[in-house]
Formats: sequence, C-alpha cells, structure tokens
Amino acid sequence: MVPMPYYLIVGAVLFVIGIAGVILSRNLIIMFMSIELMLNAANLTIITFSRFLNLMDGHVFVFLIMAVAAAEAAVGLAIIIMLFRNRETIDADKFNLLKW
Amino acid sequence: MELIIFYLAAVVAVGGGLMMIMQRNPVASVLYLIVTLVAIAVMFVQLNAVFVGALLIIVYAGAILVLFLFVIMLLNLRGEKFAEKRTRLDRPTRIILAVAFILELLAMFKQVAFPGRMDELMVQASPDFGGARPVAELLYTKYLFPFELTSILLLVAIVGAVVMARRDEKDKKRGI
Repeated sequence: MVPMPYYLIVGAVLFVIGIAGVILSRNLIIMFMSIELMLNAANLTIITFSRFLNLMDGHVFVFLIMAVAAAEAAVGLAIIIMLFRNRETIDADKFNLLKW
Repeated sequence: MELIIFYLAAVVAVGGGLMMIMQRNPVASVLYLIVTLVAIAVMFVQLNAVFVGALLIIVYAGAILVLFLFVIMLLNLRGEKFAEKRTRLDRPTRIILAVAFILELLAMFKQVAFPGRMDELMVQASPDFGGARPVAELLYTKYLFPFELTSILLLVAIVGAVVMARRDEKDKKRGI
C-alpha cells in the first residue's frame, strides 16, 4: 500500500510545475496546457482523498472537473485562434494593449 | 510492487510535466502532456478509481489533447517562432517567485509528510469501489443537478467556441 502523502506530494509538484509553466512560458498554447496540468494535479489530490476517506463523491467531482476542462479547452482554443487571426502570433508578449 | 509502480508513475508524471513546459515546439509539448496524463491515470487506477482513470485517458488524452494538436496544426505553429531566448519576467520577480514556490512546497511537505497518524486512515476499499456502476449511481442520484448543469455548461462552451472561431468576411479576404 502506498502511503497517502506520496500521492499528495506528486499532486503538489505537478501543480507547481503548472504554475511555473503559466508564468514562464511565452507560448499561449503551452500556458494553456499548463492550466490543464494544474487541473489534473487537483484531480489527483481529490481522488487520493476520496480513496482514503472511502467516499466515492470525489470521483463525481473529478468527472465534473473534466467536463469543465473540456469546455475550457474549447473556448480557450477558440480565443487563441482569434488572437492568432488578429496578430498572426501566439506569443504572449505581443498582446500588451492593456499593459500600462 | 505497488510502491515500485507508484514511483515509476510519479517520476514519469513529473518528468513529463517538466519536459512539457520546457519544450519550444508545441507539438512535442502536447505529447509530453499526454505522457503525464497517462502516468496520472496509472495513479488513479492504483487508488481504485478505475472508471475515472479510464475517463482521463479517453476524454483528456483522446479528445482534449487531440483538440490542442488540431489547433496547433491549424495555426501551423513552428517552434522557431519562439527560438529567441527571452523571459517575460525580470530577474527579481523570478527569484521572488521561485523562493515563494519552494517555500510553499516545503510547507506542504512538512504538513503532509509527517502528519502522525495518516496511515490509520487507510481502509480496505470495497471490491467495486470506483467502478462504473457505483460512480454512475452517485452521479445520477445525489449529484443529478450538477450533472445536468454540466450539460448546459458544455452547450454554452460549444456555442461560444463556434461564435468566436467563426471567420468573417474580413478574415476570408486575408486568407486566414
């Protein structure tokens, strides 16, 4: 039996990797994928707690999170396509109209 | 044995995640994210979440990441566009952020790694824990309303994506 903290640590490390990806990357698509990675790290934590509390409700939450991630991916990619049409780049540094 | 599989999955997941954010080429990045997701699915199965693990591979690796790949191909993105090395943050910000993340992780490890009596929480799972039937029973009884709301959310997302990604006359002339 793998102790519960191990899973939580993996989840935390994956989440931090996701944050680092969002902050450090300039490619909008890689930033977006980092967000997906963070969602999955949260999913892993939820599944872990659901297993160790012996409740299956967590599985339902993960299911709903996956649906939200799918919706988010569809809308986000549409936004990226629109940005690309306007500027012909997806470099996050080039979108600085609102920067003061 | 279980521990060995866990370590393998954990190393593959973290390594895949790191490779994902370090790639210049978005296609390689998507492929590394798929590797990470498969490793996470292995951990799900280890935690008796068989149904959700299968769902992760089918929905995430099978559908969402293919959508990513599709958009990358559609935009014809190349790694070279990001070849010049230049980070968005200035040096002090990066150092502060790195220190903050590391402190946060350490605090988490301190909380989590030595919590005293965590092992006693472990109970033997019932044979069908995490199978399709019990999860579906929960989904269609206790969580019926959130489940139905999800369908509305997906509908809104579909409409939004179609409206936003539609090309108008101006774009057609430019041939994008």
